[in-house]
Amino acid sequence: MKFESQMVAKPYFIFALILFAGQILFGLLMGMQYIDGDIGFPDIPFNVARMVHTNLLIVWLLFGFMGASYYLVPEEAETELYSPLLAKIMFWVFAVAGVATILGYLLVPYAELAKLTHNELLPTMGREFLEQPTITKIGIVIVCLAFVFNIGMTILKGRKTVINMVLITGLIGLAVFFLFSFYNPENLVLDKFFWWFVIHLWVEGVWELIMGALLAFVLIKVTGVDREHIEKWLYVIIAMALISGLIGMGHHFFFIGPPEYWLWMGSIFSALEPVPFFMMVLFAFKMVNERRREHANQIAITWAKGTAVMAFLGAGVWGFLHTLAPVNYYTHGSQLTAAHGHLAFFGAYAMVVMCIISYAMPIMRGRPQGNSINAQKVERLSFWLMCLSMIGITLALTAAGAWQVALQRLPESGDALSFMSTQDELVSFYWARLGFGVMFALGLVTYFVSFFVFQEDPIKQEVTQAIA
Amino acid sequence: MTEKFTKSMARNIYYGGSFFFLLLLFGLTLDTVRQLPKRDHRENITTAVAHGKELWENNNCIGCHSLMGEGAYYAPELANVFDRRGAGNEDAFRGYLRGWLNAQPLDVPHRRKMPQFNLTDEEIDALSEFLIWTSRIDDNNWPPNIEG
Repeated sequence: MKFESQMVAKPYFIFALILFAGQILFGLLMGMQYIDGDIGFPDIPFNVARMVHTNLLIVWLLFGFMGASYYLVPEEAETELYSPLLAKIMFWVFAVAGVATILGYLLVPYAELAKLTHNELLPTMGREFLEQPTITKIGIVIVCLAFVFNIGMTILKGRKTVINMVLITGLIGLAVFFLFSFYNPENLVLDKFFWWFVIHLWVEGVWELIMGALLAFVLIKVTGVDREHIEKWLYVIIAMALISGLIGMGHHFFFIGPPEYWLWMGSIFSALEPVPFFMMVLFAFKMVNERRREHANQIAITWAKGTAVMAFLGAGVWGFLHTLAPVNYYTHGSQLTAAHGHLAFFGAYAMVVMCIISYAMPIMRGRPQGNSINAQKVERLSFWLMCLSMIGITLALTAAGAWQVALQRLPESGDALSFMSTQDELVSFYWARLGFGVMFALGLVTYFVSFFVFQEDPIKQEVTQAIA
Repeated sequence: MTEKFTKSMARNIYYGGSFFFLLLLFGLTLDTVRQLPKRDHRENITTAVAHGKELWENNNCIGCHSLMGEGAYYAPELANVFDRRGAGNEDAFRGYLRGWLNAQPLDVPHRRKMPQFNLTDEEIDALSEFLIWTSRIDDNNWPPNIEG
């Protein structure tokens, strides 16, 4: 670690992983509720479990992005963080606000929460992924602004590398597009249209810039490949992400009211959205092949390649599967959407955060060459458990979605099976999904265990460093 | 990539490309917002419809149901529930929704459960108005059939 202030990343990473565990717990509960509706009811109805599951995901990824930025920006800028104190304060503000919001979901009925937090003054609640009370949303804005300010000032006083500039662009975009969450008109069509300016422009827009920057940073560190070369790739990847993704947002506008030309615009441009992800795969593998050093932290390299491949499968392949308007007409809002969502979020964002954690955490814990061989073995096992089980979940949901479309969507009215009867036909797929979900949870436990595996004694570690 | 393709070329593609498509998105957004009044029949948004949307949000209905295909996939699509359960008759639909919401949670073992939200008749009617209004949005004929 080059700068003292990079250490502020540590609590962000640790807390992100704790929330991740919570997310998986509620995922398992929903997996069971899909099979037996009595489970957890009425204490934790499905809608509450889902809200906790998705909101924990968003919050832990934000913690991960923040931790990653606090770690890599000073190192890239070659200067201490502008204000480590502000970063520490914001950690606690965000952690307390996040936990309070989740507890609010769990402890009071949602309508009660809306009343308690005076949603009527500025109604923003009750929309998918944006369920947070308005006061929490304001808190998120404050935390994001303080964070972007801190990172921005650090970059201003230091070296302005391409990685830093791309990252800060992504982070500013993240903060700016979140402001659309405060726009909630009476007109449902306008509401839905601009809702996507948060959701799509985050996950298929500026988050890809953040992902690209994190991946590029780790690749520079572990491969020693010339920075110029890596930066060139980064530019092309994010260029393709925005060129395809901005108008690609049209694939969400097919059937929620906007004009028909979106059927064409959305299909054509979103069909290009796999391109940047495919380039990330080429990028990661090529850089590793052209490596100029053998970094002892091999598992960080595995995560870097893994996130590129899984993001390409989840966001690229599974996205393309149902993105063309004539296909989407039948698959829109089916279990196929859930299949795509799971693999894409895990592959692109969960894994890129674990990638940077895998690289940075050992350094912050005094092991610059990475964890011991034994710890890396355990982490590698967790990598495969999580990746394979997530592919399992995705395949189970894909099969469920295809069968759902065949029974419920393709036949004419009258012949088509109702939603609820269709769901009964899908139970075996949901059992498979739950099984893979349990496997994923075991993978996550294994991942946590890897942090506590016996490390080589400090003297040996010093010797390894000296040799390296 | 060959050496002829330099970093500054890559950078220019990034800046030029994203600026161009950001402008295009801005233009299309303006055009969409201008065209929407023809498609969303906003002139029919009454106080009851607006109140219905508020209730829809405050009870987190989207946490189980989908609306025009968006939301959760645990419970039926509701943008066309008026067509499915009301068969074009607004009074029949209002009556149906009152009965249905008041009967929750259904006492059917292992069936997916809908909570009891304790809404008044007036509130349930507002929800009906909201769902009836929603069913009449021009959404390019989605869903493919009545089952949603």
